[in-house]
Amino acid sequence: MSNGQTRTKPAKGQGGTLYRGNTGMWSWVLHRVTGIGIFFFLIEHVLSTALIRVSPEAYNAVIGTYKTPIFGLVEVGLVAAIGFHALNGLRVMLIDFWSKGAKYQKAMLWIAIVIWAILMIGFTPRHLMNVFAEMMGA
Amino acid sequence: MATKTELSVSVGTPAEEAGLKPFKVTLNIRRYNPETGDEAFWQDFDVELYATDRVLDALHKIKWEQDGSLAFRRSCAHGVCGSDAMRINGRNRLACKTLIKDLDITQPIYVEAIKGLPLEKDLIVDMEPFFESFREVQPFLVSNTPPAGGRERLQSIAERERFDDTTKCILCAACTTSCPVFWTDGQYFGPAAIVNAHRFIFDSRDENAAARLEILNDKEGVWRCRTTFNCTDACPRGIQVTKAIAEVKAAVVRGRP
Ligand code: SF4
Ligand code: FES
Repeated sequence: MSNGQTRTKPAKGQGGTLYRGNTGMWSWVLHRVTGIGIFFFLIEHVLSTALIRVSPEAYNAVIGTYKTPIFGLVEVGLVAAIGFHALNGLRVMLIDFWSKGAKYQKAMLWIAIVIWAILMIGFTPRHLMNVFAEMMGA
Repeated sequence: MATKTELSVSVGTPAEEAGLKPFKVTLNIRRYNPETGDEAFWQDFDVELYATDRVLDALHKIKWEQDGSLAFRRSCAHGVCGSDAMRINGRNRLACKTLIKDLDITQPIYVEAIKGLPLEKDLIVDMEPFFESFREVQPFLVSNTPPAGGRERLQSIAERERFDDTTKCILCAACTTSCPVFWTDGQYFGPAAIVNAHRFIFDSRDENAAARLEILNDKEGVWRCRTTFNCTDACPRGIQVTKAIAEVKAAVVRGRP
């Protein structure tokens, strides 16, 4: 008989511990998060564009706020989200409809991330330069 | 009458006889007792184990020596029956196939029931919804034509190979209950049902593929799969579950196996 020492404590949350999934699960989580982010952007985009029918002044005022550096940074996030969602989306399609897709899913995730990083490295400095040039000029 | 012969009865496990030293391992088990009406809670147990022991041996030691009320399922204890899938350190595994030496025992080992099926007691869940989905895909050979030559339904090696992977399923539910889609949508057929449909859809002797493909083209069918690969990672039989699901998706699009 072993010592039989036991201690108890309440389980945090009903679901127990977090499931320790692999890259596949986390890429799916990221795909969801970026997808939802892009969805809200689209709603916002449609609404602010619709403003032009309400009054051009209101439209201009809203668009004016988008020219601030803060929105310049938000735009970087938006491009990052769209970039990941698009590249990983291609990966998911290949998993489903390319016979070797499931086998190379992990490699394809890394390839998608590398392409995404290259795109971001190309885009971010240029974009921020434009944003800050605009701010200085304004 | 023959004279009484001396039987040499071994008292210990092979590890004990080999003179190996056991070490103390802490298991943190998520307990739940429906009779008390209390919420689930974590309870830790210290057990003396050998590196060659499995998580199932640890559970046995606890149940037999410390707390007989601990409830879990097991039958074969050798990875064949599929009774003891549980979440071990956050991943779905068979307790009888998880060696202590493969776990980090400097930390407690977390053991809890599989997720997404109704919890009944401690590590036991209600498997009925799981088996219901399994039955719905008609997991049996259907043929309306008599076999050629009137005797056997012959199959080439290549035809048999086509679905070999999915014949290995032991219906442990490790895959289905590792699926994030299944956790939030219990109506989803789940990987195991699709694996067992795959086994017959791609069987050259079977004639009911069209019906199964139609069933799985349902809103809660293969299109719920979001390719997280948790199922492939969890399967104790090493079945390429996500690949099998992808093959069924492609077959649904083609309209034939
Ligand atoms: S496919 Fe693998 S994980 Fe899923 S029920 Fe069958 S044996 Fe278990
Ligand atoms: S007890 Fe049979 S599979 Fe583990």
